[in-house]
Amino acid sequence: MENEIIVKLENVTKRFPAGKTEFTALSNINLTFGKGEFAGLVGPSGSGKTTLLNIIGSLDTPTEGKAIVLGKTVNTLSHKEAAALRNYGIGFIFQTYNLLPVYSVYDNVEFALLLQTMGNTQRKKAVMEALDWVGLADRASSRPSTLSGGECQRVAIARAMVKRPQLVLADEPSANLDSNNSHNIVQTMKRLNKELNTTFIFSTHDQKVMQYLERVISLKDGKVESDETGRDNHAGI
Amino acid sequence: MLEYKLAFRNLFGAGLRTWLNVTVLSIAFVIIIFYNGMLDGWNRQARNDTKAWECGSGQIWNHLYDPYDPFTIADAHAKVPAEYKPDIDKNLITPVLIAQATAYPGGRLVNILLKGIAPTQTILELPTAILGQKSDSADTEGYIPAIIGTRMAQSAKLKKGDNILVRWRDANGTFDAREVTVAAIYKTTVPTIDNGQIWIPLDKLREMTSMPEEATYMVMGNTYKEILNARGDDKHLQGWIYKDEKALLKELDDVIAAKKGGSKIIYGLLLAIALLAIFDTQVLSIFRRQKEIGTYIALGMTRLRVVSIFTIEGSAHSLLAILLGSIWGIPLLMFIQRTGIPMPSSVDQAGLAIGDSISPFYSAGMILSTVILVVISSTIVSYLPTRRISKMNPTDALRGKMI
Repeated sequence: MENEIIVKLENVTKRFPAGKTEFTALSNINLTFGKGEFAGLVGPSGSGKTTLLNIIGSLDTPTEGKAIVLGKTVNTLSHKEAAALRNYGIGFIFQTYNLLPVYSVYDNVEFALLLQTMGNTQRKKAVMEALDWVGLADRASSRPSTLSGGECQRVAIARAMVKRPQLVLADEPSANLDSNNSHNIVQTMKRLNKELNTTFIFSTHDQKVMQYLERVISLKDGKVESDETGRDNHAGI
Repeated sequence: MLEYKLAFRNLFGAGLRTWLNVTVLSIAFVIIIFYNGMLDGWNRQARNDTKAWECGSGQIWNHLYDPYDPFTIADAHAKVPAEYKPDIDKNLITPVLIAQATAYPGGRLVNILLKGIAPTQTILELPTAILGQKSDSADTEGYIPAIIGTRMAQSAKLKKGDNILVRWRDANGTFDAREVTVAAIYKTTVPTIDNGQIWIPLDKLREMTSMPEEATYMVMGNTYKEILNARGDDKHLQGWIYKDEKALLKELDDVIAAKKGGSKIIYGLLLAIALLAIFDTQVLSIFRRQKEIGTYIALGMTRLRVVSIFTIEGSAHSLLAILLGSIWGIPLLMFIQRTGIPMPSSVDQAGLAIGDSISPFYSAGMILSTVILVVISSTIVSYLPTRRISKMNPTDALRGKMI
């Protein structure tokens, strides 16, 4: 099952209107991601990393080409179908954590499951298990405002993982964190990648994150500059 | 149900902002009920008093009588039909005769209506029994007892025991004048049986005006309408017109309706202020919470569901306002109902039936309609700004980019 294709991008191009002209954010991207990959999109700002993650996450659609995610063609999905794909198949981790401030840690993690049909007992068990994965079970009743940046990002990881998605997209997850927390966060994700065989795709330009990646795809000006697979990394973590 | 759960969770999580909106809305809510309750209370009180003091449960008018046209008074009288006489004797119906006259209190000249009514009548609240009492003085032959209201007494500067010269024209147009004695001064909330009126015994007035057995109108007791209906002659008595309660209270109803229209402007403004606060909060929320909206969508929530959450959040303000309004409003409104709202004496001069105080009346229908009004209007103002969410690009929302 290691070779099962989770994401397939065929000649994906994305253009945005920029005044009277258009800005090409992505140009003819052809990539595939298999199950259990721990891959990263790297490159400078404006290279198209976040745009590509948004398309894979069905938050956006390509202008040209085709993006197939978990067997669904993103281009043709309705709002409702795209929402269902994200709900059941994809977890998101954001640079700024995007935790809901009026919810407790528990509520934030539970939120992802509330959108699915799951019994109370089963949901509670899943939430506590996810908080255990990230070592925050004892902070379940805390509000995000009382947590450090690293803890907030761990809550975000728990929220992304609690529904056990096949694919997790992390957009610059360590950008707001110090060195220790960055290592800690990536190590947590790496561990979950191994334990649950979840595919992780990052966008990053953080060297600390890159050293953990098994596959590094370099983007420049919306094009794939290099695709380095089978890297020697901290896979043993 | 998830939308409700999340909406209330967000609402309570917003803390002070929520409670400020809810407080403003609860004030508007309670004031609307208070205003409506006061008008309904006044309406009920005025109707009851007007019926008790003036209208009875209906009247039968001489066909020429028009209380708003003084030129009709001189001719608007006729012999009481024989069919009514047994009923008059049984006090089921009581005749009233009206004559235009001039009174000279303290040497001044005041135009009045001289009204004759049977001292034995019990249909109206007027203290007419006093008109049947004999004089203590020696001149019992020439004694004409009169009762007047407090407004008349105040404007004519009269008090109990005073004698007033009254001049009138009899049925033949001949001027005559007599002194009447103020036997009692009554206090009533109904100014239309007080201002410019002197009530004397019916027989005396008939004799003074040479109009024996005549009346201008007859006031019906509580059960008389059924008797008329059973007889089937309620509408067809030659020269007499039946006026039901609705017709007699029309002026009062019109005044109340006009007052209600005016008060709607006041509480419409209050409600608008409260709704503006909700609208403002909603617009601000959607602007400030773009990342949250983007996160909802990224986590797999449909846009429709996000719109629902924000709409419920806004409209839930009204539900909390009803709850909060009930907590402080019910005891306050009940206290006001028990003590009544004191009315200034100047209101008494306005020609409307208003007591010393008004006890508001809160009907279930009025409360329910106010609740529905507040909930529906707050739902609408909550929904309007949230429509922008459905047009929002989730990637822009996640970046907190301006809509």
